[in-house]
Amino acid sequence: MRLPCPLCGDRDRREFYYQGHAVMLERPLRDAGANAWDDYLHNRDNPAGETRDLWHHEAGCGAWIVVTRNTVTHEVLGAILAENAKKTGAQA
Amino acid sequence: MVKLIAKSPCAGLLPKTIGTVTLTEIDAGRMTLVAPFAGQKKSVSDALKSSIGVGFPAPNRTSGTTPRAVWCGRGQALIIGADCPDLEGAACVDHSDAWAIVQIDGADATALLARLTPIDLRASTFKRGHTARTLIGHMTGGITRLGVQSFEVMVMRSMAATLMHDLTQAAQNIAARADVGD
Amino acid sequence: MRIAGRGFNRSARAVTFTFDGQSYTGRAGDTLAAALLANDVRHVARSFKYHRPRGVLTAGSEEPNALVTVGVGPKQDPNIRATTLEIYDGLAARSQNAWPSLKHDAMAINDLLSPFLSAGFYYKTFMWPKSFWEKLYEPVIRHAAGLGALSGETNQDTYEKAFAHCDVLIIGAGPAGIMAALTAARAGADVILADEGTAFGGRLLCETYDVNGRAGEEWAAQQLARLSDMENVRIMTRTTVTGAYDQGTFAALETVGSRNPHAPKECFWRIVAKRSILCAGALERPIAFPNNDRPGIMLASAVRSYLNRFGVAPGEAVTIFANNDDAHRTALDLIDAGVTVACVIDSRTDAVALGDYRLVAGGQVIATKGRHGLTSITVRDANGTHDIQTDCLAMSGGWNPTVHLTCHMNARPTWSDDILSFVPTDGSIPNMLVAGAARGVFSTLGCLADGIAVAQDTIRELGLTAPQIDTPTAEDSAYRIEPLWQVDGKGRKWLDFQNDVHVKDIALAVQENFRSVEHMKRYTTQGMATDQGKNSNVVALAVLADATGRGIPETGTTTFRPPYVPVAIAAMGAGSQGHGFAPERHTTSHKATLDRGAPMMEAGLWYRPSYFPKPHETTWLEACNREVAMVRNHVGICDVSTLGKIDIAGPDAAAFLDFVYCNTFSTLKENRVRYGLMLREDGHVMDDGTTARLGANHYVMTTTTAAAGQVMKHLDWVSQALRPDLDVRVASVTEQWAQFAVAGPKARDLLNSVLDRPIDDENWPFMSCGSVDIAGVQGRLFRISFSGEHAYEIAVPSRYGASLFRLLTAQAEAMDGGPYGMEALNVLRIEKGFITHGEIHGRVTASDIGFGRMVSQKKDCIGNAMSQRPGLLDPEREQLVGLKPVEITGKLTAGAHLFVDGADAVSENDQGYVTSVCYSPTLGHDLAQAFLKDGPNRHGDHILLVDHLRDVQTLCEVCHPVFFDPTGGLARG
Ligand SMILES: [Zn+2]
Repeated sequence: MRLPCPLCGDRDRREFYYQGHAVMLERPLRDAGANAWDDYLHNRDNPAGETRDLWHHEAGCGAWIVVTRNTVTHEVLGAILAENAKKTGAQA
Repeated sequence: MVKLIAKSPCAGLLPKTIGTVTLTEIDAGRMTLVAPFAGQKKSVSDALKSSIGVGFPAPNRTSGTTPRAVWCGRGQALIIGADCPDLEGAACVDHSDAWAIVQIDGADATALLARLTPIDLRASTFKRGHTARTLIGHMTGGITRLGVQSFEVMVMRSMAATLMHDLTQAAQNIAARADVGD
Repeated sequence: MRIAGRGFNRSARAVTFTFDGQSYTGRAGDTLAAALLANDVRHVARSFKYHRPRGVLTAGSEEPNALVTVGVGPKQDPNIRATTLEIYDGLAARSQNAWPSLKHDAMAINDLLSPFLSAGFYYKTFMWPKSFWEKLYEPVIRHAAGLGALSGETNQDTYEKAFAHCDVLIIGAGPAGIMAALTAARAGADVILADEGTAFGGRLLCETYDVNGRAGEEWAAQQLARLSDMENVRIMTRTTVTGAYDQGTFAALETVGSRNPHAPKECFWRIVAKRSILCAGALERPIAFPNNDRPGIMLASAVRSYLNRFGVAPGEAVTIFANNDDAHRTALDLIDAGVTVACVIDSRTDAVALGDYRLVAGGQVIATKGRHGLTSITVRDANGTHDIQTDCLAMSGGWNPTVHLTCHMNARPTWSDDILSFVPTDGSIPNMLVAGAARGVFSTLGCLADGIAVAQDTIRELGLTAPQIDTPTAEDSAYRIEPLWQVDGKGRKWLDFQNDVHVKDIALAVQENFRSVEHMKRYTTQGMATDQGKNSNVVALAVLADATGRGIPETGTTTFRPPYVPVAIAAMGAGSQGHGFAPERHTTSHKATLDRGAPMMEAGLWYRPSYFPKPHETTWLEACNREVAMVRNHVGICDVSTLGKIDIAGPDAAAFLDFVYCNTFSTLKENRVRYGLMLREDGHVMDDGTTARLGANHYVMTTTTAAAGQVMKHLDWVSQALRPDLDVRVASVTEQWAQFAVAGPKARDLLNSVLDRPIDDENWPFMSCGSVDIAGVQGRLFRISFSGEHAYEIAVPSRYGASLFRLLTAQAEAMDGGPYGMEALNVLRIEKGFITHGEIHGRVTASDIGFGRMVSQKKDCIGNAMSQRPGLLDPEREQLVGLKPVEITGKLTAGAHLFVDGADAVSENDQGYVTSVCYSPTLGHDLAQAFLKDGPNRHGDHILLVDHLRDVQTLCEVCHPVFFDPTGGLARG
């Protein structure tokens, strides 16, 4: 498996650390309530198809990235820096 | 009278030649990790250019020779071989002692690294002056192409012995292949 | 029997080897199978389950029968296919799965008991009682059924792994692969051409075909030479592509050489290719007729391989049984070599002889004889049955395209009525095209042309210009075949030779309603394991289809899984043994520490000294007690460089720290240090450490050794993903600084003996930090303590670390002090009530460790919201306490659980657990840190420590976790 780091280019999967769904970018406010925090931390969809998830280019440039990929076909559709996803709301 | 003696990361381990490959420690001199603050990359690059003659490098690239700047990850580069000027717009962190740096020369230099790193080292894609942050064995580090058969590899200083172990074993395996008759 | 002057290695030197202790001579270039057949050794193995005598079936990596063991002791390597193993001088191979000998195998009784050992036998028989599973059934079954064995000793062979990258990977170097490589290379693409064989040419090496008017193998060698001269082509012989994975990644296994003891045995490659072309050819399939597994019965293509490539006739009177024209060429080649062809039996009634041999058209082989080797067959045709004396039967049920790799990403192949087999489905592997016999193109000319055409398509996909290449001239005969899967008759008709599955097993599976192809596979074991159904799958499916009244396309196939050939785990994990297992991080004091005879312990990847033994000390505890007393009374030196050190700078550095720590750092004064507690977002403690403020916008954080990597990743996460609005830069400086703790009443005196300017209490109070000079070298000094003593940590650039360590330890020794190791460090911190990751083990909260009030409610921070969950604030939670034995000699053990004295020591009554223990030489008895329900309110109570594993019970007094200097006067003074 290979992932397209927006900084380093296509790299082997072993350089990356997998985190989880990109919903983790949407951190609730401190007083958002127990349900919002429970959702944020624990509840995840398990989509058959397109999904966006977070990877850390740990053995590379150190960037956190958002990868869009298809869980059925294993196709990797794109990746953007997490800082940009957060700043602009852009999708990979 | 108190005196402190400096010791290089690979002291006692290098140089050595195995098969066609020669491994040499590089004393890079002063090294400063420079990470421009938000919106400051251009001004930092300009300041570097005017004071030491090399600009802030693009991702996966180096600039200059002596001194030189080597991109080393998201938003940061190592300024090597010169005192880093005072830069208002960047975090400047002394890294002079943080890295073990080894130069690999020889006909099998690429073959040797191909045993340790998953990156594409083909001359057509990884050219002289290109650099990559990647894996070297199980270690995170940097690889820079210096020439057709010449690379520079850097890993954390504390891993110098493991780097030597991994490079040596890979070089020995390659050298041993040459003895296999068909 | 060797035919003089025949075979491509006809003039090769003689090679001597042994099989089952008997010495034989072969030719260089022979496989073991070829050399054994040349020496008329036909019976080479016993089958997996029934221990039936078996001979060589194939001439390739698909061999199910002729598996042997090579080497002894640590070099013992089982299940090597004799059909791919090249012989070398001194090779010692032996048969497996037979005792006491191949000829007289005691377990052959299984064959007589076979009516009781049918498919599903194990499932039905070895059911109850459950207690028999592991102790009785499994050992018995494992002993009875199986292949070769490992020696149980550590493998001493060297293996290698490597990465390669290319534009076009071509898998297989037969006619199609060679033409594809020439086409792609001519276009300027970077090409890797890989083939599992020792020579390139595929079937051209085994047939008597001409290409461009030259013998096929000569033409192949000529093309290979051309390709080798091209800089953009990489030739990989003896390299089997074993798997196709995501994004153009392939695995391949290269046999490097067993002949050179210094060279790696195998190399496991990961090849990344923009495009790939599968030219893996086709595999011939057997016919299921009664007792079709006797030594001497082999595939027709294998007979031609041994004859044409190695000059070996596998028999003296050969018969051929087939349902297609192709197999008739076996007779022609044998006659040409002077070998007797006793008869050709063709199931097709309209079959015609292609040469001067006896043909039985519309005939079938219905029985065979010869226990350890074929002696005769019984043939039935329209005129009745008759016997034919023969010692070798060449069978062919047709050809199956080698579609395996196209199925590795979950695609299924498509049935083709034209060739009565499966062909790859388009798009099975992204960016892979298939050419030649691998997609059912069976003539030589067809393969050559297809290789060119498919490579041209591939080149165009890469955006390059496809060159025009002339197709060489070659035979272009049609592939004529009629279905023949199984023959009626008495006796077992074998389908899967490796797993000992025959036609009736499939009928039984269907009868018991395991009708789906996947169920049938599991029930019968057909197509399992290393074989992956290379020989058996299509015939087995046809039999299943017949038994269930469905067509083959409806029946479908099971999944062909990687690897295509067995891959040693040692090859996949090459280099990861011994020092290659994980990076070893050495501090700058590493050598000096070893010189002092200190045993090392691993702390993450770091190596740290356990203790520094003195000559008279016989136990670690003696050394540890001495080192603890040394620190308490004089001064000790400890290398603490392994703690993570992270430089944090930027206009928003303070705000960033306030967000990642639960307590506040924006209020910290410059040149001061503060203890910080970091939470995970779920409210539990992630790590702790001290952070120093070096300037208005500049901090240096320390982390524990264990969590340094995790914290760095976390800070990257927070700064990039959660708070990109904060202008801050984070960089590890762990490696830049060598840092040493100087602890004990004489710490300042020691420092003042080495610093260029002395320090005093007024300018360097507890929790201060700043810059200092040692012999003109600028360092950093932190007045912090992890022992409760007056202590400092001094840091210098790492190049001076080794020198400073020697200097500090020498000065310490002059003051009755010296270096101390992890054991003493641990005692010192337990005495003082400091915690480590033994305590902050991932399930504890700030309030569990008594730091609940550190979670500032004036600001948000990571973990703030969730730390306030009622469940995490429950006073009934287990919370940190100290324990000491009521009897001074009482033993405390880590991992023990706590119970109210008198209560049953069972989980329902569990009150808590012990995380750290030590013997305190300062206090003269054991101490422990523990988590106890409502612990802070139970100080002074007695509690029973029970260690079920070590059989320890000790009555303890619950106390405050700080045993030593509870007011902290020593560290401050
Ligand atoms: Zn990257």
